[in-house]
Amino acid sequence: MSNEHSMRRVTAIRNGTVIDHIPSGQALRVLEMLGIGGKSSVPVSLVMNVPSKKMGAKDIIKVEDRELTQTELDRLALVAPDAHVAIIRAYSVAEKLTINLGSEVSNVVRCTFSNCITTNMREPLPHRLKVISRDPLHIRCHYCGRPQDLDELIKNVL
Amino acid sequence: MAGLITMDDLTNEQIINILDDATRLLPVAKGELYLPLLQGRILGNLFFEPSTRTRMSFETAMKRLGGEVVNLGDVKNSSVVKGETLFDTIQMVDGYTDIIAMRHPRQGAAQYAQDSARVPIMNGGDGAGHHPTQTMLDLFTIRQAHGTLEGLRVVLAGDLRYGRTVHSLSHALTRFGCELIFASPDILKMPSEIVSDLREHGANVVETNDLLGSINDADVVYMTRIQKERFADEDEYTRCAGAYKLHADHLGDVKSEMIIMHPLPRVDEIHASVDSTRHACYFNQAFNGVVARMALICYLLGVTVPADVESEGGAF
Repeated sequence: MSNEHSMRRVTAIRNGTVIDHIPSGQALRVLEMLGIGGKSSVPVSLVMNVPSKKMGAKDIIKVEDRELTQTELDRLALVAPDAHVAIIRAYSVAEKLTINLGSEVSNVVRCTFSNCITTNMREPLPHRLKVISRDPLHIRCHYCGRPQDLDELIKNVL
Repeated sequence: MAGLITMDDLTNEQIINILDDATRLLPVAKGELYLPLLQGRILGNLFFEPSTRTRMSFETAMKRLGGEVVNLGDVKNSSVVKGETLFDTIQMVDGYTDIIAMRHPRQGAAQYAQDSARVPIMNGGDGAGHHPTQTMLDLFTIRQAHGTLEGLRVVLAGDLRYGRTVHSLSHALTRFGCELIFASPDILKMPSEIVSDLREHGANVVETNDLLGSINDADVVYMTRIQKERFADEDEYTRCAGAYKLHADHLGDVKSEMIIMHPLPRVDEIHASVDSTRHACYFNQAFNGVVARMALICYLLGVTVPADVESEGGAF
């Protein structure tokens, strides 16, 4: 099944952001990382587990009337490091953005270990997580060295 | 300036160089020779939780080399209780001192302090995290007894779950190709992520509940204290802890050069009858905390330990 066919499952948006090539089944996590939940006022379309030539299966999210910022992209890098982001203006792709998961994720999420020094919210240094490996994703806190579980980490988005 | 937060901050070659420096500094540590290599330098001792040996040995190490020490003192009387952040405390002490030794109840505090400071931080224990200066003195003690760190058979016994000392030491011994035998009750086993990490780094690890069955082939038996509060009830504690006690009677068939180590304080996991055997090494180990830290402070401050300490040093 073609990518074009899968995109037709939801209508084109006039203005906003399309996040494509999200790993299959990760779309809800992506929304959580972006802070887009049920209380969000912007229309959001979401398709999950659609066939993809490149990935086998993938998820797609379309957020209307909202353009993702770099900080939001940084958050996305943890759950969908190879996603493609397109900013849509007047039904056309105005910008294509690429997400790169670097060797460190700074001030995006807080370490999940309850006895880490960074749990004192008054401490001013940035929250830093080291990316040890991308596939499988293996992340450790820069300070306490504890491995981070992604499901727990999502609850600690700053 | 870089400090020592975990043993990963040192290469094997750097470890050996520091241990060589420590060996040459022994007469200074014993007070037989005066060698003021650190005259004019100030150590800040920041112990946010209780410590006897680590704090005192840092202080002794600095003073034996002619340096000075300032102490945070009791945390209850410091600005920490007023809510001062670690970052702010470090900013202040960083300005007062040339190097800082720190123990803190929160894991990651030492790295956090290093990222906040210009002077080197020496991690004297951060929560259940790392205790690399203890590892340095342990390595010094093992090498002093066996002449090498390579390829030894080391039994680590007791509380392997919560003991940061044995975590750091296991990693370091793996780097020197030692065989590790972890002897502990099931509920105090070495955390599985550490065991798999060690195996990934090529360690030969054996896990057992049988301490006494493991000691006869060992070059080193490293005992730790089993704490009563780790157990659900006193009966379970008595039953488990009883199997992790060494008595002189147990040492009949051990290797003659085998050493018994303990980070101290001990309670009753090493019976007093062991103290007078040739295997007892724990008090010497505690003394070595001074000389290992002397060498480490010199290394971190870029102070060269002379090749011939005897001729450079003076009599008192």
